Amino acid sequence: MQRFINNPDEVVEDTVKGFVKAHADIVRLSAQNPRVIAARHTPVNGKVGVITGGGSGHEPAFIGYTGRNMLDAVAVGELFSSPTAKSFLDAAREANGGKGVVCLYGNYAGDNMNVKMAIKLAAKEGIEITTVVANDDVCSAGPEEREKRRGVAGEIFMWKCGAAKAAEGASLEEVRATAQKAIDNCRSIGVGLGPCTLPSVGHPNFTIEPGTMEVGIGHHGEPGVRVEPLRSARDVAEEMAKIVLDDHQLAAGSEVAVIVSGLGATPLNELYILHDTIESEIAGRGLTIYRVYIGNYFTSLEMVGATLTVMALDDELKRLLDVDVQCPAML
Amino acid sequence: MQQFQNAKSGEIVLSLADRIIENRAYLSEIDGKIGDGDHGVNMAKGFGMAAERIKGTDMSLAEALDTLGTVLMTEIGGSMGPLYGVMFTQFAETIEKSDAIDATAFSTMLHNGLDGIQAIGSAKVGDKTLLDTLVPAITAFDTAIGSGKSFGEALQALVAAAEAGRDSTRDLVAKIGRASRLGERSLGVLDAGATSCALILTSLAEGVEPRLQSA
Repeated sequence: MQRFINNPDEVVEDTVKGFVKAHADIVRLSAQNPRVIAARHTPVNGKVGVITGGGSGHEPAFIGYTGRNMLDAVAVGELFSSPTAKSFLDAAREANGGKGVVCLYGNYAGDNMNVKMAIKLAAKEGIEITTVVANDDVCSAGPEEREKRRGVAGEIFMWKCGAAKAAEGASLEEVRATAQKAIDNCRSIGVGLGPCTLPSVGHPNFTIEPGTMEVGIGHHGEPGVRVEPLRSARDVAEEMAKIVLDDHQLAAGSEVAVIVSGLGATPLNELYILHDTIESEIAGRGLTIYRVYIGNYFTSLEMVGATLTVMALDDELKRLLDVDVQCPAML
Repeated sequence: MQQFQNAKSGEIVLSLADRIIENRAYLSEIDGKIGDGDHGVNMAKGFGMAAERIKGTDMSLAEALDTLGTVLMTEIGGSMGPLYGVMFTQFAETIEKSDAIDATAFSTMLHNGLDGIQAIGSAKVGDKTLLDTLVPAITAFDTAIGSGKSFGEALQALVAAAEAGRDSTRDLVAKIGRASRLGERSLGVLDAGATSCALILTSLAEGVEPRLQSA
């Protein structure tokens, strides 16, 4: 492994240390828990707290979305492994401004259990936590089992809209409902061209043969729906757009927001190559793109590949997307 | 009737931790076939941290189990942190007021641990998880006691059932957690959680057995 690491077992600690130094004007480390990052201004009295948490290795997610008009606090897990219940609880404590806390997270077994325990612990000290579970990854379950789908880059839109709603002074239930609407309006797809390696394990735990691609791959290398010969970027982008838009079934004239994210080892130019075709496919269905985010927004260590996320917009979601944020991932 | 003393039995948890640490590489290897390969690393980290806090303290079994459960729940995360964390803290709560633990108390302890797991997870027997080890092991223990066997004999039945339960996961398709995304591809491989659970139960039984005395 050719990597900039010190000790393979301390990658997360070292990442957090550098992150907090780099972005000290926006974030701080929780004084109670070295696995919780909070926005500098948090908690804000009378504002609903918005938190998330998840395994590390997806940088800038999750920590990079901490900041003003964005997430109030984030629980940090080991690489690809859920944060502890205590870290979710401490994130809620950091974010709690007295009006309750919304935890917006992905649909993974460990996160589900740790959040559930954190909710019980928080209730004992009078902090109400409500949740929205992201389920935007189209290929992880069929449309009839949408609740089983895992959350991927659509989580970014869920955080953005939920946090902006909270910043407007909305109630706990209003923030929850808006975040729920945002994720309900999202569909995502990932395509993997090469695997990634956990430093403490030392070798890739799945393979993608050269010359092939895995369509529908998850953010930890969860298998996709099929392995195919690698085709041109145009063909791949057409297929990604087709899978997302077929599932979405949006009426012509709808406005959408788009994220094209690299998975860690794909250069930005290739994301623009993909977007050239993605834009044509979306326009070809009579849809209008309101806003596009292209870059490494939600990665998977050094996986080669990209994800596409499309969120259908209404007036409220457009307004919330437009709210200025100050967070390391979206400067 | 056989029973063992709660006081000074914290050493049982130390040998349990040793067993997990010895199997660090093995657990990660089987996890790597259908998961992300860090089960052994995370388990060894949590059990090792707990062992450091138990060593040289003369803890009771209840105190040592509580230490282990708390470390797993607060420091490990993932799926195994909360699952084993809740199991061990429930074990500890069940026996914390007992000076001597007989087969009935031991059975209640196992059941409360299982209830704790089922309250936070959604797995059922047959889903290729640690429950495929834990549930039949508890049933075997209760059945043995119900048919008049001694505490010691019931522990042997528990170990045999735990190992059979672990082996049964080889022929199961994962229904939950990360391995469930693999569908049929998860066939033919042991579940890492079922395997670590068999190690835990076996080690627990081996720790209790030599301490048994007639009441």
